[in-house]
Amino acid sequence: MITRFWKSVTSFARPRQELAREDGRETAPDLRPVEIIDLDLASNDPLVAYLLSVSGVVEVERLNMDSPALKQLKQKQVKLIVPLVSQGELIGMLNLGPRRSEQDYSTDDRRLLSTLATQAAPALRVAQLVQQQQAEARERERIEQELRVARVIQQTLLPKELPKLDGWEIDALWRPARAVSGDFYDFFSFSDGCLGIVIADVTDKGVPAALVMATTRSILRSAAERWDAPGQILYQANNLLYPDIPPNMYVTCMVALLDPASGKLRYANAGHPPAFQRSPQQVVELRARGMPLGLMPDMDYEELEATLAPGDSLFLYSDGLVEAHNTSEDMFGFPHLRQVLTRTGCNEDIVQCFLGELNAFTGPDWEQEDDVTFVTLQRSSQPEQASTPRLLAELSIPSLPGNERQAMQQVADAVEGLGMEPARLERLKTAVAEATMNAMEHGNQYQPDRPVNIRVSAAAGRLCVAISDHGAGQVSTPAGAPDLDAKLQGLQSPRGWGLFLIENMVDELKIVSGESQHTLELYFDLKGES
Amino acid sequence: MTTRPFSATVRRQDGAVIIDLHGEINGFAETALNQAYTQAEESLPAAVILNFADVSYINSTGIALIVGLMARARKNHRRLAVYGLSEHYVEIFQITRLVDFLNLYPDETSALAETIA
Repeated sequence: MITRFWKSVTSFARPRQELAREDGRETAPDLRPVEIIDLDLASNDPLVAYLLSVSGVVEVERLNMDSPALKQLKQKQVKLIVPLVSQGELIGMLNLGPRRSEQDYSTDDRRLLSTLATQAAPALRVAQLVQQQQAEARERERIEQELRVARVIQQTLLPKELPKLDGWEIDALWRPARAVSGDFYDFFSFSDGCLGIVIADVTDKGVPAALVMATTRSILRSAAERWDAPGQILYQANNLLYPDIPPNMYVTCMVALLDPASGKLRYANAGHPPAFQRSPQQVVELRARGMPLGLMPDMDYEELEATLAPGDSLFLYSDGLVEAHNTSEDMFGFPHLRQVLTRTGCNEDIVQCFLGELNAFTGPDWEQEDDVTFVTLQRSSQPEQASTPRLLAELSIPSLPGNERQAMQQVADAVEGLGMEPARLERLKTAVAEATMNAMEHGNQYQPDRPVNIRVSAAAGRLCVAISDHGAGQVSTPAGAPDLDAKLQGLQSPRGWGLFLIENMVDELKIVSGESQHTLELYFDLKGES
Repeated sequence: MTTRPFSATVRRQDGAVIIDLHGEINGFAETALNQAYTQAEESLPAAVILNFADVSYINSTGIALIVGLMARARKNHRRLAVYGLSEHYVEIFQITRLVDFLNLYPDETSALAETIA
C-alpha cells in the first residue's frame, strides 16, 4: 500500500549558471523550487526497510543498496531524505536537493528537519485518513444510491394495486429488513373469476435474495398462465427454478386460488409457514405438504381446500414475523400469532393489528432481522348486502354495423339514476360502444341472429357492464398503446384501437373467455358519486 | 335514438381549406370522408383544417379513418389541424396520441390564425 503515497516532495537549488542574467547580474532566487517526484517505490524495495529502521535524516550519497527508488532519487540530485513515519508505517518522504548556498546541510539543518518530520508525519497521516474516509463515504453513498434504485425497481414487481372483489377486503404489507427483500406477494386473476394469491420468501436477504425473488415471481406468473391448480403451479415453478437457482438458496411459497363467489380456497404450500384461517369460532392452520422451491426437481405438492365463510379471514405471512426477537431474545412465535388472531379487538384491520403487535413486541429500537410480509383476505360478514348485484338492465343487441350506438344509449339510460359525472358517463358510453363493436365484429361476425348480450349491474360501489358475444377461444388482451408512428408510416393498419380505448375508459377491465362466449366486464367505481 | 349519417363539406377560408364534418364518424363515413379530403387537397393547400364542431360520435373505426387522413397529410408534407372537438374527444385524441401529430384548436378563428400564419 506504500506506493500510493510516493509523490515525494523535493526541494532543489537551481544551478548557478541558470541564475546569471545576460548583463552578468544575478537574478532573484527562483521561488518555484519544489518538485513533485513520481517515485516508483515498491513495497519490497530495500529503501523502505532501511528508512523504517533509521531515525532522522538520511544522506542519499552514503546509501549503497540495490534499490530502483534510490537510483531514481540520485538521478534527481536528491541529497537528503527525511522519512515521514507514523505508527511504524512509512507514509511519505521529504527529499531535499542541494542547498541554495551550495554548502552541505549543517547539523542544525538536520536537527530542524528531524523535528519537522516528527511533527509533519502524524499531520500527514491524519490528512491521509480523512481523504481515505471521504473516498469510502463517497463509495458508501454510491452503493446506497444503487440500493435505493434497486428497491424502487423491486417495488414495481409487487402489485401496484390490491385486487378489488365484491364482498372481500384484501390488504398487504411488505417491509424489507434491508433496502431490498427476498419476500414478495402477488395476485393474479383467472378467467373463471378466481383470484390467485402468492406469498413467498427467498432464503437470505438483500440483493441475492431480491434477484431470486424477481425470477421466482416471473416463473410463478408464467406457471399461473398455463395452470389453474395451486399444486400444479408449484410443481411447474419448482422445475423451472431448480436448474438456475444458486446453491444453498431456495424459496418457500404458498399459492392459493380463491373463488370469491363461494369463498372456496384451494391451496398448496412449498415449505412456507402455514396460512391461518380465522372464523368467529376458531383459528385453523392451513397446512399442506411440499418441499421449498428450487431444492429438488419433480416434487409433488399436496393440494387442499378450505372454505372462507362470510365473516372469515385468511392471514398469510412470512417467517420474519414469527421469528422476530424482542430485547430479551424471546421469539414472537406461533402461539403469539395465534393469540393475536383469536383476539376480538383485531377484527377490522388485521395488517395494522399485527404491525402494532410486532412493534410493541420488539420495541422502538428494533433492528429488523428479516423481511416481514403479510397478506390478508377478509370476507364480509354481510354477503347478501355486499355481493348481490343490483341488476339495472339486460339487453340483447343484434349484431349489425352501427348497432353499438343503440347499446351505448340503452346503457346510458340504465345508469341514469346512479348520478355519474358527465365526463365519466362519456367514458362509459365509449367503452360500451367499443366493447359492443368488438363483440359484433370479432365474436359474432356481424350475424344478426347472434346478438350481443349486455348485463348492467351495480354492487358495492361499482358499476359492472358485462358484454358477451358468441365467440370461442381466447380474446387477445390489450398489449399497450397501438404504434401510431407505424400506422402513420403505412407500416401497420390504421385500425386496432378498440381494446386500447376500452382499457383507458374504464376503472377495470376483465376479459372472461369461455367455450362458447367471451365476456368483457367493464367496471366503473361509483364511490363519490351520488 | 336518432343517428345522423355522416357528411362533409369543403370550403376555402382565408387561404386555408376547411372540411366541415357532420354527424357520426364510423365505418360508414369512410368514403365521404376520404372524398372530402381528396377534394380539399386539389388546390394543394399547405394546411387542411378539420372542423368537428358538428360531430356527435367517433368510434375506433372513425379514429382509424382520421389516422388514415393524417398518414396522407404526412406523406404530402401537409399540415393537418383540428378544431371543435368536445372535451371527451379531446381526451380520446390525447389518449391515442393523435395530438402529437396534429394541432388542436378550440375554434375556427384560432385554427386559421395559427395555420395560415
